[in-house]
Amino acid sequence: MKEAWLQFKSSFFLYSFLRDPVAIVSFLIFLVLVILSFLAPAIAPHDPYDLAAIDIMDAELPPVWMAEGENRFLLGTDGQGRDLYSTILYGMRTSIIIGILAVLLQAFLGICIGLIAGYFGGLVDNFLMRLADIQLSFSTLLVAIIIGALFQTAFGVEKYEDFSLILLIIIIGIAEWPQYARTMRASVLAERKKEYVEAARVIGLKSGRIMWRHIFPNALSPILVISTVQVANAVMSEAALSFLGLGMPITKPSLGALINAGFEYFISGIWWITAFPGFVLVILIFVINLLGDWVRDVLNPKLYKH
Amino acid sequence: MFAFIIRRTIQAILVMLIISLIGFSIKHQFGDPVRDLLGVSVSEAEREALRKKLGLRDPFFTQYFRFLKNAVKGDLGFSFFYKKPALEVILKKTPATIELVFASSLIIILGSVPIGIFAAIRPQHWLTKVFMGLSLIGVSIPVFLTAIMLIYIFAVTLHWLPSYGRGDLLDLGFWQTGLLTLDGLSHLIMPATALSSIMLPLFIRLIRSEMMEVLQAEYIKFAWAKGLKRIRIWFVHAFKNTLLPVITVGGVQLGIMIAFTILTETVFQWPGLGFLFLEAVQRADTTLLVAYLIVVGAFFVITNTVVDIIYVFINPMVRITGKA
Repeated sequence: MKEAWLQFKSSFFLYSFLRDPVAIVSFLIFLVLVILSFLAPAIAPHDPYDLAAIDIMDAELPPVWMAEGENRFLLGTDGQGRDLYSTILYGMRTSIIIGILAVLLQAFLGICIGLIAGYFGGLVDNFLMRLADIQLSFSTLLVAIIIGALFQTAFGVEKYEDFSLILLIIIIGIAEWPQYARTMRASVLAERKKEYVEAARVIGLKSGRIMWRHIFPNALSPILVISTVQVANAVMSEAALSFLGLGMPITKPSLGALINAGFEYFISGIWWITAFPGFVLVILIFVINLLGDWVRDVLNPKLYKH
Repeated sequence: MFAFIIRRTIQAILVMLIISLIGFSIKHQFGDPVRDLLGVSVSEAEREALRKKLGLRDPFFTQYFRFLKNAVKGDLGFSFFYKKPALEVILKKTPATIELVFASSLIIILGSVPIGIFAAIRPQHWLTKVFMGLSLIGVSIPVFLTAIMLIYIFAVTLHWLPSYGRGDLLDLGFWQTGLLTLDGLSHLIMPATALSSIMLPLFIRLIRSEMMEVLQAEYIKFAWAKGLKRIRIWFVHAFKNTLLPVITVGGVQLGIMIAFTILTETVFQWPGLGFLFLEAVQRADTTLLVAYLIVVGAFFVITNTVVDIIYVFINPMVRITGKA
């Protein structure tokens, strides 16, 4: 443990991080957003999930600095009388949880498929990669929207809303696995020809062991490179799905669902229900993208395009 | 070369078969053609009779082949809500989406080519830094949020532009266009801008990075050494070779654009395919949903195939060896 820490302390990764103010600032903002959202139950002044505490009479109040604002509600209230600040904190937590878990699922699917395709090659490889190509040509967002629509038709709207968190993770996970599969396959192909793999095979190790214990750890860095940006993509997909009404229900809103809910009031000049969650969403995606750019530059200086 | 086109076409047909199979299973699982045809107020005995007559008791694959045969003839089923053949409903909404996608593509091309080239040949210029910064912010703003912001600024606050719909249309018989009336064009500005807002930064970054790589190449150095004019090196030698990867990526991006039309059209209530699709989902109009899947799927498969074939034509390396 201590050794790992020392190794990390003297690593190029940390060295370049500490010399890049953009990376430091965006990491700090990201950290603050994550901490705020996960401490939401403790620090939020109101509990937006507690229906008893919500009063419809408080609905559509503007933020505190405007004429009709009330001190109880820092950023105003939404159409149902929920404190917007608390709702945003809870919503951001939902968005981040879905984003990270969906990326873990896509990474798992993609890594397995990419490993198998790259290691075995031939017909298996051909089939799996064509599948990935086809799915990518449809764009991940469209695939996610279609799967979401199918799930909603299959389960019915009410059941869909009950399990929306898990369903969204599955939808985004299935929609984006080809990104990981392609990356993994490319780096497996590069590793497979190296001598240590040959050596492992000569010793008589099983394919499964060679794949997981030998090739996988060495093929990991491109996976890390795309992971950061994938989290941003997943958060964005979740917001888009929720905005279309295929995501989180308004009783348990994510940032996208909040923006959607506010859109109804928007035309009549009640801008804050949409604007604040929208702003938080953009900041969240923006800092993750900045971090993603930085990670890509550090881990893979040669691969600077796309 | 010829073999490549044949192979690519067979592949396209295979993909279409897979899409149709998926589409049909959805319809088979969730759709109710009897309800689509008769409505809900008909006795059970009559329903059963119609089910038998329509062959809904046949085995899955018999039904699938019937579906396929009809689909090839252009019959994609009957929309429950519109009381019209699904394909007819879709074709009626297609012009709106095509015009929207066309206008956005225009914005993307006219914006990204000059900015991308500029950013590549003047990487240290302050304007380049501004553009690159803006483009990173641009990719971080979801399309629907851009759309909402545009509505707030230009429709709600300034009252300059209309916030929803297509406005006055000119009927050309087979095509209702909004491009030829002033009102139609003013309705198009905001949706097209919103739709291009996420692709524009992507293309600027793509063109820039591809062009910067090309500018490092030996033959460009050689061109400089020969003393060719700057303009010629940049635009003829370098930019032409930048276009190759841009076209490949462009084909894929077209698919992404279709996905984003669903978001844009929802915000602006643009009466196109994306809006239709979301309505079909909300109304559980399975036939229409599946028809949309198949039409959009066909559109993708065709564009991707064409892009691949064009790629082979313009890439001398592939053209000569005959391999892709």
